[in-house]
Amino acid sequence: MKDKDPLNIIITGVGGQGNVLMSQLAGKALVRSGYHATIGETYGASQRGGAVMSHLRVSREKQYGPLIAQGQADIVLGLEPLETMRVLAQYGNPEVVVISNSRPIFPPVVSSGEGQYPTPEQIGSVLQQLSKKAWLVNATDIALEMGAPILANIVMMGTLVGTGLLPVGPEAFETELAESLSRERLDANIKAFRRGLAEVSALT
Amino acid sequence: MMANVATFESGTTQLLMGNEGIARGALEAGIGFASAYPGNPSSEIIGTLAEVAKDAGIYVEWSVNEKVALEAATAASFAGVRSIVAMKQNGLNVVLDFLMGLAMTGTNAGLVLVTCDDPGALSSTEEEDSRPVAKWACLPLLEPATFQEEKDMTTWAFELSEKLKTICLLRGVTRTSHARGDVRIGERLPPNRDAKFEAVVPLQYTSLPPSLKHGLAHQKMDRAREIFEDSPFNWYEGPEEPDLLIVTCGSGWFYSLEAVKALDVEGTVGILKLGTTWPLPEKLIRQHLNRTEKVLVVEEIDPFLESSLKELVGEDPAAVGPITFFGKRSGHIPLAGEINPDIVTSAISRILEKAYVPVDADYAQKALGLTSFFTHPRMVGFCAGCPHRATFWSVKNALKLDGRGGFVTGDIGCYTMALGPTGFWQLKTAQAMGSATGMACGFGKLSEFGFQQPVVAACGDSTFFHATIPALISGIYNRANFTLLVLDNSATAMTGFQPHPGTGATATGEVATAIDIATVCRALGVRVEITDPFDLKVSTEKLLDLIQDEGGVRVLISRRECALVRGRREKPAYRMHVDAERCIGENCGCGRMCTRVFQCPGLIWDVANGVAKIDEVICAGCGVCTDICPGGAIIREAG
Repeated sequence: MKDKDPLNIIITGVGGQGNVLMSQLAGKALVRSGYHATIGETYGASQRGGAVMSHLRVSREKQYGPLIAQGQADIVLGLEPLETMRVLAQYGNPEVVVISNSRPIFPPVVSSGEGQYPTPEQIGSVLQQLSKKAWLVNATDIALEMGAPILANIVMMGTLVGTGLLPVGPEAFETELAESLSRERLDANIKAFRRGLAEVSALT
Repeated sequence: MMANVATFESGTTQLLMGNEGIARGALEAGIGFASAYPGNPSSEIIGTLAEVAKDAGIYVEWSVNEKVALEAATAASFAGVRSIVAMKQNGLNVVLDFLMGLAMTGTNAGLVLVTCDDPGALSSTEEEDSRPVAKWACLPLLEPATFQEEKDMTTWAFELSEKLKTICLLRGVTRTSHARGDVRIGERLPPNRDAKFEAVVPLQYTSLPPSLKHGLAHQKMDRAREIFEDSPFNWYEGPEEPDLLIVTCGSGWFYSLEAVKALDVEGTVGILKLGTTWPLPEKLIRQHLNRTEKVLVVEEIDPFLESSLKELVGEDPAAVGPITFFGKRSGHIPLAGEINPDIVTSAISRILEKAYVPVDADYAQKALGLTSFFTHPRMVGFCAGCPHRATFWSVKNALKLDGRGGFVTGDIGCYTMALGPTGFWQLKTAQAMGSATGMACGFGKLSEFGFQQPVVAACGDSTFFHATIPALISGIYNRANFTLLVLDNSATAMTGFQPHPGTGATATGEVATAIDIATVCRALGVRVEITDPFDLKVSTEKLLDLIQDEGGVRVLISRRECALVRGRREKPAYRMHVDAERCIGENCGCGRMCTRVFQCPGLIWDVANGVAKIDEVICAGCGVCTDICPGGAIIREAG
């Protein structure tokens, strides 16, 4: 997988979960390691509960455009399960690999009772059926345990890096975190990132 | 210290957002002055420069509106200092009056106006193409396609502006400005520090005499056309005589490359990528049109390039021979909404009659079957703990209590979302900055025609300064009957929390005079009340009282800091939970007020037990929902 060129990654979630930050973190780590990286992001709704996604395209050879064509995702990193499903329906294919947070954020139509949210069993089954391999991570629970639910994003990023699907390893990410975060925030982020890395062995 | 756009070393490669690339490009051109009013997708250009202003030794400001931003940047140009101004497409409408005069006047030091269009209106209330302005104002227009070009073209735009002695337009779109890619960093130039205003010839810095200056503007376009013929930002890739020639610019270039590759037609389809889209490099284009009979134009929003090409062919049809054009006019590329690689692929596939199946059909069908029941839309709405939700709750109740069919005219900002469910559909109009109050000036003078409804004009704090003040004064002067509701959340929240004249801080973090909206309004001689939107009872009473205090303009300032800004600094005010004994769910008779009407994303429904529940990950702890629950089941405890 990590030799595919371009490698098409979609990071998805709900506005406010840190989707854009995660794509930037990965993009910077990749550029630092000599790769071309392009990120296209849905925003505007980015802090307002909307469905958001970032397209991250990685290549050894050249720069690619900011949008991935339909059905062309290689990896989907989902910070919210319903959004993972939404992205798979548009960008998935039988070879796609999926890593998704298990914790739902209910859309208003679900909270109001007009729509149904899939059960954890349904989520697991749909993701398995629509991918070559799918991992579900209890990232928000882990982050809550660590004291800050927002850290779910970095736990998820850790899990993605831990799978070895990206062409760069954890060191590049930790260097990038150290470069871009203040001291107070760095420790918690590194800890969460490593929890995510370790999560892979727990899941496989 | 963290490396930033000002301190990146020359020769390194950095991941930059297109807007950051533009900012770096301006620094490499040695700008001294940068100004803007924030507007997505352009906000990060001046935002980035503001953050690094001290490192770079430049002046950066958030101006009160786009017109003042351009006027201020023009002053710097006149005084010999290179300057940049940035805005979204709506901002360009605001500056037009000044820009038309400036285009005739000309400039001194390099002056670049960046306008970022928003195809698909991802963060706008309308979709609009900025480019025709280049044609009517006689201005050169550049459109970067790659991340490297964002930077390099910006730097070059300053040289071009100085060669032509006119303001240079650089047009971005969301997918160039608000996307990121790797960029090689170049050397920075220092700004000119010998600023001086000096008119060498009479009337130099005026648009007079008009006919003479208009003629000069056209001559500048002739000169630009010559320069563009050899521009490194225009290039062709493909066979000598393509079956189909794609002419593209901006975001369309990456999509075209991808489409040609996906269809495996690299041997028969060529791509002419243009970075200089007005005036057109006519010789270069004719040369390529000559070698094909089919042309597809790929561009975002309006068929601007397409029309210009057709005009060019029309001037001398014999020179290029018969050509069939495909694009937005032929329906191969949609006239509205964003384009993407799939749209371009499908256009080429139709023109060449070459089948393309983008997605494995079995997979697509399976995916649709498995997900469509669950993939509910997530409409954007107010955040958890947003003061605007609370304000519009009181608005809804006050208008209902008044009972005369009162309504709210709307403006542009986060509160525009009150035209949807999380603002209880209270906002009835949404056009332009300041228009809520301008429209209220009209509604408020209709009583002699039988109009009896109370009118509430909404605006935000930043919008108050941007464009509401003239409308407010007009309303007061003409004794229009309305209530101005200022939703003051102490930030330009929709575009990224930039400071404004009311916040007491400048773009670069210096202390500024905080201009108090209440004091401004009182100085105009009108009744002003202030309320805390989280106090639903008092807010409703005050608004009702103001609505009914008729015979002129009244002002209610609903003041509470943006929940996102506050949340970065402070812990939640309350810990919230639902008392599952007191919540009797569907049997209450409230119709699930919390999750069906109030619709804060922090309030969810426990399906198994049939009661409301707080999502502790989302809840901002504002405590307002305690006051909307008729059963007293939502409990707030001091955090």
